[in-house]
Amino acid sequence: MRRFVAIALLLLLTVPLAVQAQDPVELRITWYDDGNEGEVLRDLLDRFEAENPDIRVVIDTVPYSSILEQLPLQVEAGEAPDMARVTDFAAFRGHYLDLRPLVADAAYWDESFPVAVFDALRQEGDGDALFGFPNQFTVTGPFINRTLFEQAGIEVPSDSSDAVTWDEWTAAAAEVAAATETPYAVAIDRSGHRVAGPAFSNGATFFEEDGSIVMDTQGLRDTLQMIADWHADGITPAEVWLGSGGSYSPADPYFINGQLVMYMSGSWQVGRFSTDIDDAFDWEVVPNPTGAGGSTGMPGGTVMVAFGDTEHPEEVARVMDYLVQVDILKEFTERTLFIPGHLNLGELDYQTDSALAGAALSMFASEVPKLSDQAYELQYGGQAFAINNPIRDRLTQLLAGELTMDDAVARIQQDVDDALATAAQ
Amino acid sequence: MSLTTSESQDHHSSTSILETIFAPVNRLLGALVSGLINVVDIVMHPLQARLGVRGMAYVFVLPNLLIFGIFIMLPMLLNFYYAFTGGTNLFPQDRPFVGGQNLSTLFACDSIFEPNTCREDLFWRAAWNTLGYVVVQVGILILMSLITALALNQRIAARGFFRSVFFYPVLLSPVVVALIWKWILQQDGLLNALIVSLGGEKIPFLVNAQWAQTWVIFISVWAQMGFFTLILLAGLQAIPHEFYEAAAIDGANRWQSFKSVTLPLLMPTMFVVIILSLIRAVQVFDQVFPFTGGGPGTTTLYMVQYIYQTGFANQTKEYGLAAAASLLMALFLLALTTLQLRAGRSSDIT
Repeated sequence: MRRFVAIALLLLLTVPLAVQAQDPVELRITWYDDGNEGEVLRDLLDRFEAENPDIRVVIDTVPYSSILEQLPLQVEAGEAPDMARVTDFAAFRGHYLDLRPLVADAAYWDESFPVAVFDALRQEGDGDALFGFPNQFTVTGPFINRTLFEQAGIEVPSDSSDAVTWDEWTAAAAEVAAATETPYAVAIDRSGHRVAGPAFSNGATFFEEDGSIVMDTQGLRDTLQMIADWHADGITPAEVWLGSGGSYSPADPYFINGQLVMYMSGSWQVGRFSTDIDDAFDWEVVPNPTGAGGSTGMPGGTVMVAFGDTEHPEEVARVMDYLVQVDILKEFTERTLFIPGHLNLGELDYQTDSALAGAALSMFASEVPKLSDQAYELQYGGQAFAINNPIRDRLTQLLAGELTMDDAVARIQQDVDDALATAAQ
Repeated sequence: MSLTTSESQDHHSSTSILETIFAPVNRLLGALVSGLINVVDIVMHPLQARLGVRGMAYVFVLPNLLIFGIFIMLPMLLNFYYAFTGGTNLFPQDRPFVGGQNLSTLFACDSIFEPNTCREDLFWRAAWNTLGYVVVQVGILILMSLITALALNQRIAARGFFRSVFFYPVLLSPVVVALIWKWILQQDGLLNALIVSLGGEKIPFLVNAQWAQTWVIFISVWAQMGFFTLILLAGLQAIPHEFYEAAAIDGANRWQSFKSVTLPLLMPTMFVVIILSLIRAVQVFDQVFPFTGGGPGTTTLYMVQYIYQTGFANQTKEYGLAAAASLLMALFLLALTTLQLRAGRSSDIT
């Protein structure tokens, strides 16, 4: 009897241990949303969890500014999440998890995604390591409110010309704003990345053949002056650049609310506009304005990366392997109205009733072949961290009247040099 | 008022019931406390015998000293070390020693009075902005707090209500205060809506340098005034009434009475208020950052935000430069407090 009781007690004691052993591994993704992508990802991961009960994936949705400012500190301090959606590919170099030995078919990864993105995540000595995959490709470009053009009786400049300059667009948008009593004619997000596209179109070149970076070009000066003129003329919402201090600030609320004729942003806005504007007015994407440097926007995108600090590399690789499958990534792309980062998704059937959204995505797709080498170099060359913010911050000082154009350009160059020197220490 | 016999009996009976209920609890607590004292005594008694009474003082100070050491002294020492290192690595062992390079970068100027001539122009912009803010904000804050305290010290109707009203903003989180005022003052905010509805034109409260500076000071005064008013009110109430009676007998009018009685006797309290408000003003960040973000341009960029951005928010995280700037700020605060204390002591003597 005593032996029986002892065995029963032992069994009872081991039951909680057995239950504990079956607890799923919890993985965390740090994520931000432009539109509905977090919701779509959750949906896809719910299916993954149903098929893989030993893994539970938690999505920690944070503001985009946290991805730029807090995630790097978290990662540097050894407190990285298992995975994250990032836009500054070089910022976390040296902290990624190499998925090559862990994923089921590394060759599939190699042939499915642009090598430039993989390279942008690597540092010297990383070889052919796979640190993540692009779940979205983006390209910058301008949106217009066509309804306002129609109400003003003014022709959309790109309807009759393939090469419209920024000056022509600004003049037309200002005319439309005046005729329709719209508060603002033109706006651009407060971001160095966003300014870079127009600068390259206006003939700026940042990267010299010898590998040096020279910021003082007429193209950059013209672009900074153009944005300064918008502010001086009162045709742009000044709060975007002057009222938001030291961080990224989008101008999309003005466009969504019909207070803006022309808005320089990018393809990631399509999903949001298709729901938030819907058919309140006709919005569309027009080709990037043309200048001395051609007609180019900026490439970009988001990459889902895995971090080396994870305690569960195999499980992370299983999640990543699931998310890169063609059917999964295709569904993600079609439901979020993104331009895919995968090279072979085939024909996409975007899940939207909005003809405007479909047309906008087609227009952005047609902008991709026009992207300049300088634009690709800035995005994937690993030096964007030193360039984008100085452009943004010094331009803001120029707009506030704290710096002259010469001072602003000289300060941008100095900030770039200092950032590169500090990073090299 | 005395109790009747029956009330007294009821009172006694309810007391005895309570005593009956709580007696075991009291006994238990008593036993626990005395047990604890006995346990502590086992350690303390021989310790005191060994260290003496003076030595025991250090034993009692030790726990607090440990907390102070870990959370104040250690970060200060680390900050000091970081100020002499370079690079973007976070951990001290990964950071190269660069000597005084960070400090010399901060001081590389043709003239520190013209930030544009400085290599680290933003540091000097932040320094001068902070100095301007400190002078104006502390001046207005103390003046307003004093006036309010004097008003609330009078026998006015609904005095308690007004005291609560002035103290209420102190209870709000600085971020909440900043966001509420941002909604009110932004281009399409409440105040501009009111101005437009009255036939006026929108005013760029947050994108015009002068307006932004004015509102930053106004809001910080609004949010902090209650706290300092309360301290000054306590100081005012501590002044014996006999002094005012004596002044009145001497024929002093209200202004003379204020100047010769109130102000001198309020000075010790005033020094506390000045030191606290100065330190708080130099450290301004939490309210301004979500309100203007330092803008327009760098108009409301203050020192703590400069340190935060340089060390943590910029894509290139220059911890060394940020640490050097915070070292200089600490020295400035130290000098300011020492001056204040000296001034306080000399005023005590006179």
